[in-house]
Amino acid sequence: MARSKELVPGVGRFSRSQVAEKRGLFKGPKKSEKAAAASTPETVEKTVGGEKNGGKRLVPTSKAPKFYPAEDVRQPKQSRKTAKPTQLRSSITPGTVLILLAGRFRGKRVVFLKQLESGLLLVSGPFRVNGVPLRRVNQAYVIATSTKVELGGVKLSEELNDAYFAKPSAKGAKSAEEEFFQEGKPKAKEAFPASKAALQKEVDSTLIAAIKKTENLGKYLQSTWGLSKGQFPHQMVF
Amino acid sequence: MSDSTFKRFVEVGRVVLLKAGPSAGKIAVIAEIIDHKRAIVDGPTTGVPRQSFPYKHLTLTPLSVTKLPRGARSGVVKKVLDAEGTIKKWESSSWAQKRAAVEKRRNLNDFARFSVMLAKKQRRDSVRKALKSKA
Repeated sequence: MARSKELVPGVGRFSRSQVAEKRGLFKGPKKSEKAAAASTPETVEKTVGGEKNGGKRLVPTSKAPKFYPAEDVRQPKQSRKTAKPTQLRSSITPGTVLILLAGRFRGKRVVFLKQLESGLLLVSGPFRVNGVPLRRVNQAYVIATSTKVELGGVKLSEELNDAYFAKPSAKGAKSAEEEFFQEGKPKAKEAFPASKAALQKEVDSTLIAAIKKTENLGKYLQSTWGLSKGQFPHQMVF
Repeated sequence: MSDSTFKRFVEVGRVVLLKAGPSAGKIAVIAEIIDHKRAIVDGPTTGVPRQSFPYKHLTLTPLSVTKLPRGARSGVVKKVLDAEGTIKKWESSSWAQKRAAVEKRRNLNDFARFSVMLAKKQRRDSVRKALKSKA
């Protein structure tokens, strides 16, 4: 019953047939043979200088350790589990209007563009409509509405991946003084990179063109979402 | 009976609105009275299977089917309902229309709710302007 965890003594979680399927004995013994590891010879013959040394000597390829640990140290068990890729909620497709529920832009309605490698959702306000830039969000903090913006074959730049959003790596230890002040004055803000601004504009222009096709959709995206008295999100249709 | 102020009775042929169970929200007809707590209701044209139903979970409507004999089976109930046009009468009543409107509003999606809000705003505005110009 190792696979079928006991619910109560004598009764497992899975039926006999389910356990049998999990054990997979019907597949027969494993047929694939592992490729034989290239065997290295245990010893190598080396020529040795000196007259009385016999000229040649067998030298072990891997040296035996000089010291052995006095106490046995247990090796941690290696995990063979790997994380599955995040599954996108079926209600979210490119063009879906999402409601953000957490973070700086909570309550904003945004347009979903695509799912990134990391499983996060790439969204855009669009920035010109409601101030939400190209941004990654976790689908757990999002309500998917049934409203869709017709994206119809809009090509997204290859640039837009997780690396695009990564923070530039910190350059060594700097003093806090240096970080925020210059010549005794607060540092001027760094300008937003022009390439990112241009990409945002490019994405937005196609989005806005699509949004304009539906009446009031722009106004809808501009407005923020909230609950009023007597409204319960689990009872509402989105 | 003639001097009673009560108008709606539990009687064979009374059209009732079901409030619970899988058929909640649909109307049916009382085909037979079982006892002081339950009646057999039937709604062959509204998708309500013939079943016993507690009065506690149904509401009497002002409509009733006058020609329905006691204990009639589904076939007869259907015939009488069709002949008297009861379902149509119910659907045109303001009660049924209000219920339908509430149901419709409840099933609007987020964008449709927003559009309703805009439309209501516009209506308010035009009413206010019309009143102002009159005064």
